[in-house]
Amino acid sequence: MEIITPYDKIPRSLLRGSSLPIIQVENLVKKFGNITAVDDISFEVEEGTIFGFLGPNGAGKTTTINILCTLLSPTSGRTLIAGHDCISESSEVRKAIGIVFQDTTLDKDLTAYENLIFHAYLYNVPKSEMKKRVDDALKFVDLYDRKDDLVKKFSGGMKRRLEVARGLIHRPRVLFLDEPTLGLDPQSRTNLWEFITTLPEKHNVTIFMTTHYMEEAEVCDRIAVIDNGKIIAIDSPEELKKIVGGDVVSITTTDNVHVRKEIETVFKMGVSEKNDELYMTCTRGDTCIPELIRTLGERVLSVRIQRPTLNDVFLKLTGKTIREEETSGSDSVRESIRAYRRRH
Amino acid sequence: MELNAVYVIVAREFKKFIREKSRLFSAIARPLLWLFIVGAGISRLVPHETGVPYTQFIFPGIIGMTILFSSIFSSISIIWDKEFGFMKEILVAPVSRFSIVIGKALSGTILSTIQALIILALFPVLGFKLGLLQILEIILICVSLSFCISAFGIVIATFYDSYESFSVIMNFIIMPMFFLSGAMYPVKLLPDILRILAKLNPLTYGIDIMKHVLFPDAPGNMGPDISVMTSIAVIIFTSILFVVIAGKLFERKG
Ligand SMILES: Nc1ncnc2c1ncn2[C@@H]1O[C@H](COP(=O)(O)OP(=O)(O)OP(=O)(O)O)[C@@H](O)[C@H]1O
Ligand SMILES: [Mg+2]
Repeated sequence: MEIITPYDKIPRSLLRGSSLPIIQVENLVKKFGNITAVDDISFEVEEGTIFGFLGPNGAGKTTTINILCTLLSPTSGRTLIAGHDCISESSEVRKAIGIVFQDTTLDKDLTAYENLIFHAYLYNVPKSEMKKRVDDALKFVDLYDRKDDLVKKFSGGMKRRLEVARGLIHRPRVLFLDEPTLGLDPQSRTNLWEFITTLPEKHNVTIFMTTHYMEEAEVCDRIAVIDNGKIIAIDSPEELKKIVGGDVVSITTTDNVHVRKEIETVFKMGVSEKNDELYMTCTRGDTCIPELIRTLGERVLSVRIQRPTLNDVFLKLTGKTIREEETSGSDSVRESIRAYRRRH
Repeated sequence: MELNAVYVIVAREFKKFIREKSRLFSAIARPLLWLFIVGAGISRLVPHETGVPYTQFIFPGIIGMTILFSSIFSSISIIWDKEFGFMKEILVAPVSRFSIVIGKALSGTILSTIQALIILALFPVLGFKLGLLQILEIILICVSLSFCISAFGIVIATFYDSYESFSVIMNFIIMPMFFLSGAMYPVKLLPDILRILAKLNPLTYGIDIMKHVLFPDAPGNMGPDISVMTSIAVIIFTSILFVVIAGKLFERKG
């Protein structure tokens, strides 16, 4: 992934006529009884970027989103979207945002088309544009052929895509995506992400997303790692990975013993050997490898580079890993409770 | 008030109502059951010389019942919307909570007026001779009573988040309101405490005005016993009150 410098952002936000951050959160706290779901967090999001909240179950991601989208009032702190206060100017904030909630909020007894038309009326889209916007949105997410099917006949991935399309109909400046790929198979997840990463460009929208999948967070320009209601790190994925200390380069050679000694003396790096492979950690694998090859010449048989994942980052910061089974477990329990209720 | 939002909230309920034929069927079956089975049974106990045949006496009550059930059912669909998440879609929209309440109340008004009119159409079967003016008067009563009860239903719905509460609402709100409304027996024959409760029930007033229209001169206990003006005032006042309360309750955030 390329390293995104702050300069990449400036022109886009200038074009929109504002250099203020589109989302500003200052000392936000939310308590439910004696649980502190959000514990004094502050951050800003630049317009036109993809911002991610990465954290395990119960970290406070959804609570933060609910406060930002005016559904929940904070215990203390200030939140602004597009310069409007989420409490005192909730109506302005609501006009500026689109949301895909963690749990689906479609009406399953209406068709895809009807769900979107409902949304268009709700957001006062001009009558003359309504049909075109809805049709375009359906085409954009490849659901135009299914527009007259009831949503209850849709697969999870189709519902998710439909919700993203719905969230864009009123042309929001910020689109919130709360675990948009929850419950999707890997294939659909990849597709949805490819689609989501095109949004800032195509729709001129800032994305605020949450996830506990490490790979997914990599599409973000900036990531806030959140745990127990606190932001424990906030930076670009690249910078965050540097916390872990760099890339692991492993090579196989014709003569491990000598090569190992040579690397240790020439490069002053610690080298370890496992399964006939030599391992070393370099701050920048991409510049380290050419040097290694230049020095070792034809003795190098193969080179492998392992970049640190956000999982390593999380491990390093909190001393624990984000376990995905935990998530899918609780989600499937939630789903089956809902399914049970629906039947009774 | 956002008219587009009000319109689309009503349109959605209407569309879903049309789609669910079984809902309309059971909505109509219940009053028919009470009218022709319960009513016919009880009429054997009621002496004929009371002036109004019992099946005629309960007719306004059965129209009121139709309105009560369909208005409250329509309004508590809000609980379903909360349970299945759709309510969030409405709540994050730039729409005043007041518009949402009006939209839901009008949905209930339209759907339950339609159902009440289907029951009203049975009047010749029961031996009523109604003129156009009387029919119009009853339609007007149905519309305002439906609005009032729908708004009341919204107030109820704001207190519940899951439809497990449905049986609570059915047993502790809908049924008592029905039995304490003068629908099946005159309110003035009730013991004091029940009569006071009946007077707190807006349905009582709606049914009483219908009695004024259908059998104004009925002798003894069977006829109307509240003045038309009082009843109209109560219905208008409680409608406004429920809308305001519902709007305030909708503003609440966690
Ligand atoms: N309405 C509520 N009442 C009481 N506690 C709540 C409420 N909503 C959230 N919480 C608590 O706040 C904490 C944060 O919850 P939140 O839903 O924000 O987590 P999350 O990061 O979105 O987790 P997940 O990945 O599971 O969606 C949890 O401990 C949760 O139990
Ligand atoms: Mg969540």
